[in-house]
Amino acid sequence: MGNRCAVIGVGQTHYTTRRRDVSMAGLVREAALRALEDAGLTFADIDAVVVGKAPDLFEGVMMPEAYLADALGAAGKPMTRVHTAGSVGGSTALVGASLIQGGVHDRVLVVAYEKQSESNATWALTTHLPFTSSLVVGAGGYFAPHIREYMRRSGAPGHIGTLVAVKDRLNALKNPYAHLRIPGIDRAMVESTPMLWEPIRYLETCPSSDGACAIVLSSERAVTGTPAWVHGGAMRSEPIFRAGRDTVSPQAGIDCAADVYRQAGVTDPRRDLDVAEVYVPFSWYEPMWLENLGFCGVNEGWKLTEAGATALDGDIPWNASGGVLSSNPIGASGLIRFAEAALQVRGMAGDHQVEGARRALGHAYGGGAQFFAMWIVGAEKP
Amino acid sequence: MRPVAVAAFAQTTHTDHDSGLSEPELILPVIRAVREQSGLTEFGFTCSGSCDYLAGAPFSFVSALDALGAWPPIQESHVEMDAAFALYEAWVRLQHGDVDSALVYGFGKSSMGDLREIMTLQLDPYYLAPLGLDQLSYAGLQRSAVQGDFPAIARRSWESAQTNPYALKLPEPVETAPITDGAAAIVLVAGDLLHDRTNLAYINGIAHRIDPHYPGMRDLTRSASAAAAATAAGVGKGPVDVAELHVQFAHEETVLAEALGLSGDTLINPSGGPLAANPVMATGLIRIGEAASRVMDGTAARAVAHAASGPCLQHNLVAVLSRES
Repeated sequence: MGNRCAVIGVGQTHYTTRRRDVSMAGLVREAALRALEDAGLTFADIDAVVVGKAPDLFEGVMMPEAYLADALGAAGKPMTRVHTAGSVGGSTALVGASLIQGGVHDRVLVVAYEKQSESNATWALTTHLPFTSSLVVGAGGYFAPHIREYMRRSGAPGHIGTLVAVKDRLNALKNPYAHLRIPGIDRAMVESTPMLWEPIRYLETCPSSDGACAIVLSSERAVTGTPAWVHGGAMRSEPIFRAGRDTVSPQAGIDCAADVYRQAGVTDPRRDLDVAEVYVPFSWYEPMWLENLGFCGVNEGWKLTEAGATALDGDIPWNASGGVLSSNPIGASGLIRFAEAALQVRGMAGDHQVEGARRALGHAYGGGAQFFAMWIVGAEKP
Repeated sequence: MRPVAVAAFAQTTHTDHDSGLSEPELILPVIRAVREQSGLTEFGFTCSGSCDYLAGAPFSFVSALDALGAWPPIQESHVEMDAAFALYEAWVRLQHGDVDSALVYGFGKSSMGDLREIMTLQLDPYYLAPLGLDQLSYAGLQRSAVQGDFPAIARRSWESAQTNPYALKLPEPVETAPITDGAAAIVLVAGDLLHDRTNLAYINGIAHRIDPHYPGMRDLTRSASAAAAATAAGVGKGPVDVAELHVQFAHEETVLAEALGLSGDTLINPSGGPLAANPVMATGLIRIGEAASRVMDGTAARAVAHAASGPCLQHNLVAVLSRES
């Protein structure tokens, strides 16, 4: 894992459907300035900038780091653009951390964003490579069959997804940056919304958001303020078309979790971690990832959800921030998970703070549930 | 820094047209070749560079994992940049000390669309892209500001390419890099994997820097970021026998040679450079591979490789390679 690395600043924009008042550059700069302010630093203190976002077709700007260099104070510095599908926000944090762990830099600014209002993500996901056929389904249509297979295997009752949708939106009411803040959210409201991709109803899916998230990473000698120490980080990828792969509980997710747990000395994630920010864009992915990440046995994830274990007052809160179900600027969503994990162990999560959180997991996935990025951050120096 | 060396390099025989191969089919032979050259079948880290807009579809890098046969799952990342920047990420990853090998690859089929107009989409979408300047118009702005014998650069590149079996067979010298489909791969090794290998090109220094985006913010006759990257990579610490430069337009060689402080004794682009084959997103990585090849075959004791991104050489990466760590 190399040299020690810490998160010393976090900045977010208020996630919303349309940020008409700012350009893309203005959006990322807003998050970056907030992260720098949190760290008590300015652009002049930054050695390198790493930018991440999901496909360029989402905004229609190709390789946008060239255009964003000025707004992010990167001129004269190294700048990198990461793209690993939906996991990109997490990967971007790991690429930034790598620069510090490898001893190359002392302070790195990591920024991820999506301005979904510039285009239509479902359309952009539906165009296909030459010589292949389009599924014309978007992300929900792609993942719904995997969810149905999970329900078949596990025997989970049909209302589990509804519980996650309500729980995460209740948490969002405590997070001022969350996009979907729905007063009076309850099961009846979720169940009254249209079925989009069976079994996913409208309120069981993530919104389309404009937003950016930024973090400042530091080497041990350059730490300012309140650090969240990186205890482990890992990425794993597997081929989308491999016939034998399990799309319900992908091996890449299992391996990635095992790697990050080993680095952080975690043997029982439910016991050893205090809070987890996990990429759950469709409600049912909470029980699925509970199993994939080893928080419980196979086919047991839905029981944790049903028992309230993952609620803010449960024994292992998941997505105290409201999660991807409440805010989804796609390219930033992974970094928001990583950043929220850091906020928790820094004790700076505000109304959605999990009391006494000392160690937290940040998780992101992407592509056809084939790209995974995770880190564990802690209040103590590793 | 921890010593890291290029242990293998392969590229496709590039074409000026779509040969009917999908991206995974394009990559597969070069991956196989660097596995054979390096004797490694698995790698501690894998990183690639590609661009969705060349194929006109999101996630062009996803199917590449099928070509790798990434099973069991691998530690892997991707940059939406030239694969030279993926190599930089891999070099950084190897600095951690826990993995000793990395596979880097890049690929691009610029024949699939109108590359010149596609590159317009890289510009500031509010203030620059609407002006409609395509890649050639932008390069023309810079060319008109730079003094040099550009036809001579084109001619020398074309002559050099005659002995490069991977380059396009162009009928005459060109000052603009041709539309090209192709791919390339490199294997980096460190730690114990450096032992018992004789044919290595060590990366003695590698760095990259970006300039402001807006041409009005820059002196287009110079490249401040290339000069800064060259200083950080240590280009000036010794003589440079060979330089492989990411020259997509002949005048860029003039700008880069000055920025890198190259003397008249340096052989520039003995492969013919991008003016002889420009498989976008692999072109920069090929510069590193070509420079490493010169070090490995003994024709250069010390070589420099350069990769660029962004309009008018906005973003520049420089690496120094030699036989010694």
